[in-house]
Parts: sequence; structure tokens; C-alpha cells
Amino acid sequence: MRFSRLIAATALAAAIVRPGAAQTVQINGAGATFPYPIYSKWFSEHNKLHPEVQINYQSIGSGGGIRQLTNRTVFFGATDGPMTKDQLLAAPGTILHFPTVLGAVVPVYNVPGVDAELKFTGPLLADIFMGKVSKWNDAAIAKLNPGVSLPGSDITVVHRSDGSGTTYIFADYLGKVSPDWKKTVGVATSVNWPTGVGGKGNEGVAGLVKQTPGSIGYVELIYALQNKIDFGTVQNMAGEFVRASLDSVTKAAAATKGKMPPDFRVSITNAPGAGVYPISSFTWLLFYESPKDKRAARVMTDFMRWALHDGQKYCADLGYAPLPEEVVAMEMEALKKIRI
Amino acid sequence: MTKPTLPLLRRRRPRTRSDDAFFRVATGAVAAVVILLAAAIALELLRHSRLSIEKFGFRFWTGKVWDPVAGEFGAFPFLWGTLYSSFLALLVAGPVAIGIAVYISELSPGRLRRPLSFLTELLAAIPSIVYGLWGVFVLVPVIRRLETGMPESLRKLPLFSGPPVGVGMLAAAVILAIMVIPFSSAVAREVLRAVPASQREAAYALGATRFEAIRAVLFHGRTGVVGALLLGLGRALGETMAVTMVIGNNPRASLSLFAPQHTMAAVIANEFTEAADQLYLDALVEIGLVLFIVTLAVNALSRLLIRSLERRSRAIPTAAEPSSASAVEAA
Repeated sequence: MRFSRLIAATALAAAIVRPGAAQTVQINGAGATFPYPIYSKWFSEHNKLHPEVQINYQSIGSGGGIRQLTNRTVFFGATDGPMTKDQLLAAPGTILHFPTVLGAVVPVYNVPGVDAELKFTGPLLADIFMGKVSKWNDAAIAKLNPGVSLPGSDITVVHRSDGSGTTYIFADYLGKVSPDWKKTVGVATSVNWPTGVGGKGNEGVAGLVKQTPGSIGYVELIYALQNKIDFGTVQNMAGEFVRASLDSVTKAAAATKGKMPPDFRVSITNAPGAGVYPISSFTWLLFYESPKDKRAARVMTDFMRWALHDGQKYCADLGYAPLPEEVVAMEMEALKKIRI
Repeated sequence: MTKPTLPLLRRRRPRTRSDDAFFRVATGAVAAVVILLAAAIALELLRHSRLSIEKFGFRFWTGKVWDPVAGEFGAFPFLWGTLYSSFLALLVAGPVAIGIAVYISELSPGRLRRPLSFLTELLAAIPSIVYGLWGVFVLVPVIRRLETGMPESLRKLPLFSGPPVGVGMLAAAVILAIMVIPFSSAVAREVLRAVPASQREAAYALGATRFEAIRAVLFHGRTGVVGALLLGLGRALGETMAVTMVIGNNPRASLSLFAPQHTMAAVIANEFTEAADQLYLDALVEIGLVLFIVTLAVNALSRLLIRSLERRSRAIPTAAEPSSASAVEAA
């Protein structure tokens, strides 16, 4: 008896709060792991402003995100490498790319006895990761780093074992600066590494580099900073050796000024200009141009406007570079394309 | 549903043939579910690897190149890595597991027996990711020191070639061995406890030493002990997380214990999330199919091995055989 009274009371309570509850909207997305920290920050901050909006994001990897978006199991996707033409054609509707933040990939190393910041060029990095330069005191490394006493030990290459946007960005850069890399290894989220050992995730690579003397690997900037691993400078197109920083990464994005394609599918590795860090990249959110769920579409375009302006201030703390204003303006225009 | 069973319990009427029939059908249905599940898994694996099967055919099993960029996929390095690491693990774990089982069941003082059994079973309850972390931070540095400390002349042998990285086949085999030991030793211990006391008494009565008596007990329960080891092998074949953290994930088959290699379970776990194009995805699913077939084959082989052992032991009439065999069945 008491039970039924309880049920009645609950039903009454539900009826009273219904006007608010009816508007709650749940939106699901999936994709890249690289921007996951800032996305989850954004979704939780946005939820504080709009308690009725709940955005769930699963960081299952760019490939998985594209797959789920194509199958329409999620409302939006996220990727670290722009979708290919084939992938876009395979989707049941037009998919739009929206850059959200920028990241950088840095060469990290552990060379006993070397305290100085090592300098690398793109072709040298390609040769090291292809196993062609296999000793630390190789003439190619010594020439760039005069005055540094390099040991004669073997170079152990550490790469990602899992498919990853980080690998995509790094391989994309090496493919641009080394024809040999492009021909023998290629550009993808996982490649057939000619040499080395694989670590799972950024933390796996960072961990292996940290404990293996004579090793070199590549991780996202934030992981190198957090784990306090040495990372080198990389020569950009202007000939400068640039250390990765939020500033030098944003400069890489600014280099697209006036050249940004309308669909935002652009690679900014090896971008021209002074002070540019050459292994930088956008990361993108993916939406259908005419989504089926109109309410979710309205909510997500509102969210995007918030993320492109207010959301950008969370970047620095989490190790991402904010978008240049020009790109933000272009995206605000492009958001109007989504049919809500 | 509940109506017919409730009065059935209350009335306590004598058991009848129809109860038996009902029970048989019910349990039979549950057993059929297992078979259906296995068939469904095989079918799904086949269906989702169609592209890769059509493109590579049998070449998939022997192909040595795994190049997602060029769309060239061969499973051999992974197949090799899985079999080699599991075999090495069994080689290390076997004697240790049997030793533990013998000590607990035959030699340890009574008050040590329970805590020892409990501790080995506790090892089995540790999640594999924890083993992986331990491997990365403790085992790998130790192995690296071993590799760098090894004399140059030994390093020239194919078994020890390769750069001293620490991660590699040896680290994976040791981790797997540690993970396999609790399973194998627990089953082997139960098998040995099931050997009737009369066997030991008979051995002692004939003037056997402790060692000889234990040998007799082991001989008596040998099908069960072999079954226990093969159970461990089954676990080693499918282990993913701990292995991928220490094996180096390099798809190049090599005899060297120090070389970074790869396994089937590890490559699926590593690359599945980012595999965006269809052929790549299908190739990964086909790796799953290969793993499925290999596991089936190993299981079938172990059954055959146990059966042949049983047949031979039937020549010597023994009493405990059914119990040891059932321990294996249960596994």
C-alpha cells in the first residue's frame, strides 16, 4: 500500500518538473582521442551553462569516429586527420569539417650525456625513423648540433603501436619533407614501420623513451611537457629551428591565412612563415550538413559557436593552441550551412 | 512459467521420467546455446573478413608484410608471435606450475597449504593491465640490463640478436608465464589431490622414497596435469593487454628472444579503433578468425593428446582417472 502511494507521489513530482525535463537533449559523439581532454572540458563547462544539454563523447579513435558517423550511430564525429575523398563519398550524406583546436607533435629523445636541446630537420627525422640514420653520432645529426658530444650508441626508434592521429600528423609531415618516406612508408594513422618498437598510446611511447637510453619517439606536445621529456627543435620552411609552443603552433595555423579551403580539410604540417612550428595540425569535429535530428543540430551549432569563442580560453591550460581569429570567422560562416 | 514449478516443489511427488526429460531438454538447450554462439562467432568473423579473404586467400596466413598504407596484409608475423610467445611461456610456466602443485599437495605442512593455495589463486585474479604495468616498469628494465650485460659472443646467436631494448619476445614470454602459472598450478593441484591415498601408500609400502612416491602420483594424474598446462596455453594464446605493453609491437617474425614482435590479439586491440578503410578492417577481422581457428586447433590437439594418454594409462588399471579427466573437461 505504502508503495503505491510512493509511486503516485513520484508520478506527481514528475508531472510538475516535466516542462523542464521535456527539453533535455542528449547528444552522442565519438572519435579522436587527441582532443579528448579539451572536449570533455568543453562539454562539462557547456553543461553548466545549459543544464538541459548533455553531450556524450567517446574517445574511440578517429577511424572509429568516422565509422560511427558514417553508420549514423552517433550525431557527430571527431578526427585528427581530415576524411579522405573515398570516406566522404561512402557517407550517406554530406559531411562538414570544423576545426576546433590545434596540436603539435614533438620528437622526444633520451640520449645519455646530452643535456642540450637537439636540432632536427624534417629529412633527418625521416631518415632516423626509417632506420637509415642508426647511430647517435651520425654525421647528419652531428652537423646540425655542433658542440654537442653525441654518443656512438644505436638509435632505438619508438613509435605508436595503435592507430593514431598523432602518427597521422607525424607521417604527414615526414611525407612532405621526404619523398623517400612518402614512397616507402606513406601517410596514415598506422603505417608499416621499417624499424623500432611500438608503445601503446602517447603514454606508452613517452614511457618507453623515458626508460630506454638512446631512444627517440614522437608524442603530442602536452605529453612531453607533462612527462618532462626532452624534445628537440625542428627546422621549418623558413630555415629556423623552432621549439613547439602554443605560440609557434598557432602561427602555423595563421599561415593558412587566405588559403584556407572552404571545407577546412587542410594539412598545416610544414607550413611556411617565420616562427612556425612545422609539425602542427588542426583537429576537427564532423557534422552532417542536413542532420536528421533537428533539435540536436540546433543545440550543437549553438555549442560550436560557444566553443569557437568562449571555449578557446580553456586551450592553453590543457596544452592546445587556440584557433586563429580568421579561421573562427570562417567557421562561424560555415556553421550556417548546417540545416537546422 | 512459475506455475508448474512451484507446486512441483511443494508436493514433493516422486521423481518421474517426465522430470528427467524436462531436465534433459532444458540443459540440452543451454548446451546448444554454447554451440550456436561458437558457430555465430565463426560466421560473423567470416562474413566481416570477406574482402580480405577474397583478396589474399591463403596468402594471408603466410604473408609477412603488414602495410595498412599500401593495403597489403599478411598474418604470419602475428601468428608466429602468438604461437612463439605462448610456447615459451608454457616452457617457463610448466615446471614452476607443477612444482607449486606438487609442493602444495604433497609436501607442504598442513597449515601452509591453504594460504599457499589462496595466494596462487590471488595471482589469477590480478587484471592483466596490472601485469602489463609491472612488466613495463619492473621486468623490462631488468631484461634490458640482462641484454646489455650479455657477452658479445652470445649476442651473435640468432636467439639473442637485436638491439637491447628490453621490450620484446622475452619480456612477453615471462609476463605470460607468470599469468599462466596460477591457472595451471591450481588445476594441477586439484588433479594431484584427487589421486587416491592408496597410490601413495602403495608406493611407500614398496619402499619408495618421497621423490619416487611423488613421481608415482604424478604419473597417475598425468592426463590431468597435461590438461592443466594446456589450459594455461589457452590463456596465453588470447592474452592481449599485458603482452602488447611489453612485446614491442613490431610485426616482424624472428627467432630472437630480444627482438620486438607482435601477436594476433595485440594487433587487433591496437589497430581496430583507427582502421577506417574497409579492407584494413576486414584484414583485422580475419586476424580474429585466424586466432579463432588456431585456438580451436590447439584445443583439439590437446584433447587428442589427453585421450591418447588416457588410452595408454588404461593398460594400467587406475581409480582416479575419471576425476582428473573431469578437471580438464571443466577447464
